[in-house]
Amino acid sequence: MIPGGPPPASHALVLAALLFVLGLSALLARRNLLFMLLAIEIMLNAAGLAFVAAGAAHGQADGQVMFFFILTMAGVEVAVGLALVLRLSRALPELDADQAARLKD
Amino acid sequence: MTALFYAAAGIAVAATALAITSPQAVHALLYLVVSLLAVAAVFVSLGAPFAAAVQVIVYAGAIMVLFVFVVILLNPGRDDAARERRWQSGLAWLGPALLALVLGVEVLFALAAGPEPAAAAAAAVGPRETASTLLGPYLLGVEIASLLLLSGMLGTLHLGRRTGRGGPA
Repeated sequence: MIPGGPPPASHALVLAALLFVLGLSALLARRNLLFMLLAIEIMLNAAGLAFVAAGAAHGQADGQVMFFFILTMAGVEVAVGLALVLRLSRALPELDADQAARLKD
Repeated sequence: MTALFYAAAGIAVAATALAITSPQAVHALLYLVVSLLAVAAVFVSLGAPFAAAVQVIVYAGAIMVLFVFVVILLNPGRDDAARERRWQSGLAWLGPALLALVLGVEVLFALAAGPEPAAAAAAAVGPRETASTLLGPYLLGVEIASLLLLSGMLGTLHLGRRTGRGGPA
C-alpha cells in the first residue's frame, strides 16, 4: 500500500526538534509581537508533529488525538493573543515587546 | 512515502527558516502556510490522514486566516519592514540561535541515546480509529477543550470590546 515503507519515526522526531528550535530562536530574537505569536505557532506545531510521529510509530490513534487537543489550544491561544495584539497596537506607537513591558509607565 | 517524507521535511524546515527571518509580515505568513502544508504532507507520509486534514483545514486555513486578518487591520507598510530589518541585526540573532542550538543538540542526543522507537506501523491510523479514540477514552478531554474554546471566545470578546480609551475605535 505504501511504496518504500513509512519513514523511520526517529527522523520525524528529529524534524519536530528542528522546527521547534527554529521557532524558539525566532521567539527569542524577534521583537515584533506578531512575529512572536507566529514563533509560538511554529513551536506548537512542532510539538504536535512529535505527538503524531510517536503515535504513528506505535500504530496508535492517541498521537493524533493529542494533536487535536494541541490544535484546539493553539486556536484559542491565537485568538486571545491576536486580540491582545490589536488592542496593544492602539496603545503603542509600534508593536514592540520591550515597549509593551513598560505599559505601567 | 519515504521520499515524500524527506521532500516535505526539507520544504518545512526551509519555509520555516524563511518565515522567521522575513521582515515583511505578509511574506512571513505565506512562508508559514507553506511550512504548515509541508508538515501536513509529513503527516500523510507517517500514515496519519486525519491529522493531515485537520492541519490543512484548521492550522493552514483558520489560524493563518486569523493572522492575515490582523495583518490587514494593522496595515504594516514600508516603514515597518525597515524597522524589522533594523531590529534584526546579526547580533540580535546570535544569542537566541546559540541557545536554541544547544537545546536542539541536546534533544538530538536524547533521541540518539534513547531506545529506537518501534518500526512504524505499516497500516495507517485512519479517521475512524482516531474518532473512536477521541470520543471514547478521551471524551472528557473533548469536553474540556470545548470549555477552553468557550473561555477563549469570552476572553477575545472582552478584549475586543469598544471602550473609551485605548480600545479599538
